[in-house]
Amino acid sequence: MTEIALSLRNLTKAFGPTQIIRGVNLDIAKGERHAIIGPNGAGKTTLFNLISGRFPLSSGEILLDDVRIDRLPPHRINRMGLSRSFQITSIFHRLSVFENLRCALLWSMGYHYSFWTPLWLQRALNQRTDLMLEDLNLASRRDTAAGLLSYADQRALEIGMTIAGGASVILLDEPTAGMSNTETDNAVELIRRVSQGKTLVMVEHDMKVVFDLADVITVLVYGQVIASGPPQAVRANPAVQEAYLGRLAT
Amino acid sequence: MSGSRFNHGWVWIVTLVVAIAAPWAFFNYHSGRHSGFVLSMLSQMGMMSILALSYNMLLGQAGLFSLCHATFFGIGGYATIHFLNLAGAGSLPLPIELIPFLSGLSGLGLAIVFGYMATKQRATAFAMITLGIGELMTTAALMFHHFFGGEGGVNSNRMIDHSLFGLKYASSIQVYYLILAWTLVAALAMFYLTQTPLGRMANATRDNFERAQFMGYDPRTVRFLQFALSGFFAGIGGGLYAITYEIVTFDALAAPLSANALLMAYIGGTSAFGGPILGAVLITLLQSGVSLMSNSWLVYVGVLFISMVIFAPSGIMGLVMAHGPIVRAGQFGRLAVPYVRVIVPGFLMVLGFVGLVELTSFLTIGAAQGKTLVLFGHKIDVHAVMPWSVATACLFGGIVWLRIEARSFRQVWEKLMIELKPRRSAA
Repeated sequence: MTEIALSLRNLTKAFGPTQIIRGVNLDIAKGERHAIIGPNGAGKTTLFNLISGRFPLSSGEILLDDVRIDRLPPHRINRMGLSRSFQITSIFHRLSVFENLRCALLWSMGYHYSFWTPLWLQRALNQRTDLMLEDLNLASRRDTAAGLLSYADQRALEIGMTIAGGASVILLDEPTAGMSNTETDNAVELIRRVSQGKTLVMVEHDMKVVFDLADVITVLVYGQVIASGPPQAVRANPAVQEAYLGRLAT
Repeated sequence: MSGSRFNHGWVWIVTLVVAIAAPWAFFNYHSGRHSGFVLSMLSQMGMMSILALSYNMLLGQAGLFSLCHATFFGIGGYATIHFLNLAGAGSLPLPIELIPFLSGLSGLGLAIVFGYMATKQRATAFAMITLGIGELMTTAALMFHHFFGGEGGVNSNRMIDHSLFGLKYASSIQVYYLILAWTLVAALAMFYLTQTPLGRMANATRDNFERAQFMGYDPRTVRFLQFALSGFFAGIGGGLYAITYEIVTFDALAAPLSANALLMAYIGGTSAFGGPILGAVLITLLQSGVSLMSNSWLVYVGVLFISMVIFAPSGIMGLVMAHGPIVRAGQFGRLAVPYVRVIVPGFLMVLGFVGLVELTSFLTIGAAQGKTLVLFGHKIDVHAVMPWSVATACLFGGIVWLRIEARSFRQVWEKLMIELKPRRSAA
């Protein structure tokens, strides 16, 4: 049997009387590229917020490598190897691109809250940051304030910051939203490259991206999983066609 | 923002040399004495620089709007009075040069306690908690006579006869150099902190605390550590205050001083490391210099602060740094004429405003003090219509004229910015 990286069990989430997530069960295997799709308001982003610890659950369990992570604060979940990006770009806009990436590396490289280590002398840290800049094609923007980058560059930076800490499970929330076709192609290439050997879970609206990248697709409708499986099976699933793809295809 | 780096090393060296030499520029070679006024002003600038820099560890670097920073300055001061008394009585075997370190530890201790409460929150809630802490401490200072000495405060004698260099600190010049040395050490230490993982993560949580969370950092711990360390440095400032004045009253921890810390950091500029020093020097100059000339100096500080918040939120240092790319491109000459054209009406406006404020002040407080307004050797009758109408005309004429000139200035500025843009990204 394949090893499970992330397991959601009977997950529910209600905001007041409104049920957003209504009993989600999902196992995501190690090394899998998993896409979560569904119409607007299906609860995809809420699901990410629950997994990453941003919102508390109403009930259910979340296991990361067989360890329960629900009820833990986001920074603790992150230290256990789960990292996420945001639908709305979430970077340190006043810091340079270099500083943004370096911050993302600090915890995993063991610097923690040190107020005695001079950053400029940390060769391994600084070299790794520069290598990542090359990898993300952002080397020419190294000293630019992140807030001044173009939208596509900001999204690339965001992905870079998400994977920098070496997390084994990566959640990407609509990584290509708002991008042009060329930019999307580049982003898909980048995601494919950086998610090598990691477990990737992503929410995505662009079906081309989904079918390009995903090994497994889960369809979420009104807070419930209506189908989950390999792309071809999900595409052929009549319930999915009716609830989601069917409408898109016409 | 590369502004927070020591890349302009020479500016710092010049500042240091000026600070060392300044008392000698006012030395009276006939009587062989230093100017007491200048020395006390320079000393004040030193300790206020520490206060403002440590405040900016919160406001500028961590995005924390604290309203109780004087608490830690004050506690450093009170504790130091007691340390001096102990040392004077021979029960604290520590040279006076090292006592400010203990003052810092006092500030740190209290900042750990209060920081634990305040940093549970951020933004507005944080500000409100610190407001409460400030009021709590002011009340405590008046209630607990044993430590704080009530209204009269506590006093001591700095001549404890225990010095690393065999100095007695009987003269203010020795105290000034002690303050200068500590200001330098504290400023260097605070700069060093900005270049450490904690310092950088303080910037990061300021910009986006949620992202910092998803990188393994607890933003609360970052805030707490930054708060505690800034309390340490404020405590050092308070210790120097106690050594200088040998008396500490609740003024040293009350809200007006907290507000001053904010004014100095903001007016100087919170985004550049050195900004708060500039603010501390400027506010101290206004405080000691202008207060001698005018009853209304606080009005000027207030108006300066409001104008900065509205027109130059990056502070004086921010304004200076905005010229960096223009100067580097050798284009500053193109701004010379536009500058003259805004400075003339600006000066007229300030003249009119100061005129009105002074006329009002002489009509009320001045009259009560029996003073008369003398300008260029002429007595001005504050009850006459003439000076009032001249001042009003200057003010409104200046405002209208400045608005027109400011528009053309902005055009030149924006054109320069557009021209320089491709060059900046290519570099």
